[in-house]
Amino acid sequence: MSRLRRSMLFVPGNNPGMIRDAHIYGSDSIMFDLEDSVAITEKDTARFLVYNALTHLRYGKKELVVRINDLSSGLGIADLEAIVRAQPDVIRLPKTDSAKDVIECEREIERIEREAGIPVGKTGMMAAIESANGVLNAREIAFASKRLIGIALGAEDYVTDLKTTRSPEGIELMFARGMIVNAAKAAGIMALDTVYSDVNNEEGFINEATMIKKMGFDGKSVINPRQIAPLHAVFTPSEKDLNKARAVMEAIAEANARGSGVASLKGKMIDKPVVARAQYLLEMAERAKTMTVEDI
Amino acid sequence: MSNFDFDSIPHIAEVSACHGAYAEENVNEKNLMSFDERQKESKKVLPSIEEAIRRVGLKDGMTISFHHHFRNGDYVINMVMDVIAKMGFKGLTLAASSLTDCHWPLIEHIKNGVIKHIETSGLRGKLGDAVSHGLMDFPVIFRSHGGRAAAIESGELHIDVAFLGAPSCDPYGNANGYNRDSEEGSCCGSLGYAKLDALYADKCIIITDHLVSFPNTPFGIPESQVDYVVKVDNIGDPNGIMSGATRYTKNPKELLIAQYATNAIVASGYFKDNFSMQMGSGGASLAVARYLREKMIEQDIKCRFALGGITGQIVQMHEEGLVKKILDVQSFDLIAANSVKNNRFHQQIDASYYASYLNKGAAVNQLDFVILSALEVDTDFNVNVMTGSDGVIRGAVGGHPDTAAGASMTVVVCPLLRGRIPTICSKVNTVCTPGKTVDVVVTDQGIAVNPARPELYKRFVEAGLPVTTIEKLRDRAERIAGTPESIKYGDKIVGVLMYRDNTVLDVIREVID
Repeated sequence: MSRLRRSMLFVPGNNPGMIRDAHIYGSDSIMFDLEDSVAITEKDTARFLVYNALTHLRYGKKELVVRINDLSSGLGIADLEAIVRAQPDVIRLPKTDSAKDVIECEREIERIEREAGIPVGKTGMMAAIESANGVLNAREIAFASKRLIGIALGAEDYVTDLKTTRSPEGIELMFARGMIVNAAKAAGIMALDTVYSDVNNEEGFINEATMIKKMGFDGKSVINPRQIAPLHAVFTPSEKDLNKARAVMEAIAEANARGSGVASLKGKMIDKPVVARAQYLLEMAERAKTMTVEDI
Repeated sequence: MSNFDFDSIPHIAEVSACHGAYAEENVNEKNLMSFDERQKESKKVLPSIEEAIRRVGLKDGMTISFHHHFRNGDYVINMVMDVIAKMGFKGLTLAASSLTDCHWPLIEHIKNGVIKHIETSGLRGKLGDAVSHGLMDFPVIFRSHGGRAAAIESGELHIDVAFLGAPSCDPYGNANGYNRDSEEGSCCGSLGYAKLDALYADKCIIITDHLVSFPNTPFGIPESQVDYVVKVDNIGDPNGIMSGATRYTKNPKELLIAQYATNAIVASGYFKDNFSMQMGSGGASLAVARYLREKMIEQDIKCRFALGGITGQIVQMHEEGLVKKILDVQSFDLIAANSVKNNRFHQQIDASYYASYLNKGAAVNQLDFVILSALEVDTDFNVNVMTGSDGVIRGAVGGHPDTAAGASMTVVVCPLLRGRIPTICSKVNTVCTPGKTVDVVVTDQGIAVNPARPELYKRFVEAGLPVTTIEKLRDRAERIAGTPESIKYGDKIVGVLMYRDNTVLDVIREVID
């Protein structure tokens, strides 16, 4: 099983204070942003800061992601030149409209890896889909590179493209979310949801998180550390669910010992998908367990 | 029985019918005025501060005292000092329970020789800066709230005249931190620090902006301790005295620290029914109150009493039945101040009852835990709340060392770094609270437990808390920020930190820019 990515904390790449402390809030991943949260006049500063943070600061076991500017902006290559050399876990490509965008980016990453003596393929990628076209191409994007750990929805640009606006219940994102989660799971990678911008509306945030978890998303981007705990609470299985999962595992173990692949628990049949779900739940709970100081 | 002879009773020389003060004719005639008339004629009410100063017989070199319940909105100290200066007094000792930013005009009075010496809990702003740069010939004596109370009780700090501002007072001197007769004007709630000054000062003058009808009960200061009352237009700026309600922080780092601190308290073994606590008013400290409230409801645990500086958050918990009693030496916001006025079991207490080392029993000694803040903590767990990273005085000792010594578990909350300055360091600039009395340090990047408390360490580890050593926290901070250059101090001692038992704890030296 790959790592947990329940939460990905956005950190503006030009804010030294936030970069320094990005790891303390318990998000599963940290995403340093060189793109939309950084003004055009600050692009060089952000690139320099993030490069130095990645090469000098310690972020424990956190997954480190850097969102670069898209290649067509004229900034993307410069971002890759610096950032790939700093060896984050993942490069996040914004505004991905087609598989071609992913392949072009991968080509540059591979070139830089070779130049820098980094093992080819070490740098992971994720693609953010932020347009109507991109959503329709979600499947080909998800399959475009072995480096992809997941695809994500970028809702702000997407609703602009649709000529609508975001609503609290997210009706305008239903199709995009459905496409993205399906494409990701088809490709065996993660589906990651967009940000919830109203940081003071915890109830709305929890509702949205509950919905996207139900849809099959593996996690969500967050723009404020205060959103991490409620998000994790949504993604953390309840003790009741865990007990059920443990009972399932025990029942199937017993059945296996008898040489059967099917068991029954309280009158309900337990077959392979039920076991797989129980196993996934228990693994998630194990990974989400207590934090040690090394994790901070 | 003392001196009780009375000519050994039997018939006491066959007594006459009239005795005592009224034995002679035309002596000590009864006052026949109506209650209403008497109040208007009260001999205690004087027309001006100047007149009151004249009547109490202030002399050069005497010690005068003030309280700091009006915080940064205080007008009383500057107002009184201006009159004293104008009257030509010199060489006075100013013993305030604390001083804040708004007291910078004292600098002129120091330069002109009106004030020779200062005793206080803290200094801030221009005054702190000037003192740190060698303004005074004699060092400022800093005492904790409990230490000051003990010094007053022992006579080490003898107050000749106390000038005590009060939001309401009647013509006989019954003074209070709020006004029961109207909702207008200033309000500070508890008069905890002033109460002790009134009790021990040779002369006590109440300065009020609301002269109300006798009896101003229940009172913070009783008339039996008050010599004179002066009414002025304003004793302070209500907005500077206190804000409407201390707000919960939204700062994610403070919330994170608060979450760790709360989890540490819950895991400590002290979080059980009928526990006792003290919380500060800082961002992280207040957030602990919120998180702890959730845990109390969740686990059906009630707090027997909350002590100290009291905030609206504690009052809310009291009104919900979660905190049974409140002991309040200083109210931090309007909700707390109004609660002193309205809640029967929200008791104002004086500084001695709060924290004195010398009396027959202080409330700090009944604390399960206290949450305190810090400017610096060193690897010996010593805490500095007084001098900044530039060595300049910008803080107050407050009740820090008193509660740390009294509480069973002292929890210090602070960020690992402030900007580029490590909070956890090898040696604090100024020791305000000795490390021996500090048990747990909670930062955003881990919790350190004093090695003297191995059982707490074990409980925290078992609870899955991010526990580490204080040295590792320091290393982590210095790895990010580097080791700061040491501050350039001169030889001159500008401040002396007294511990709560009135022994010297540390000194503050002149800063060389």
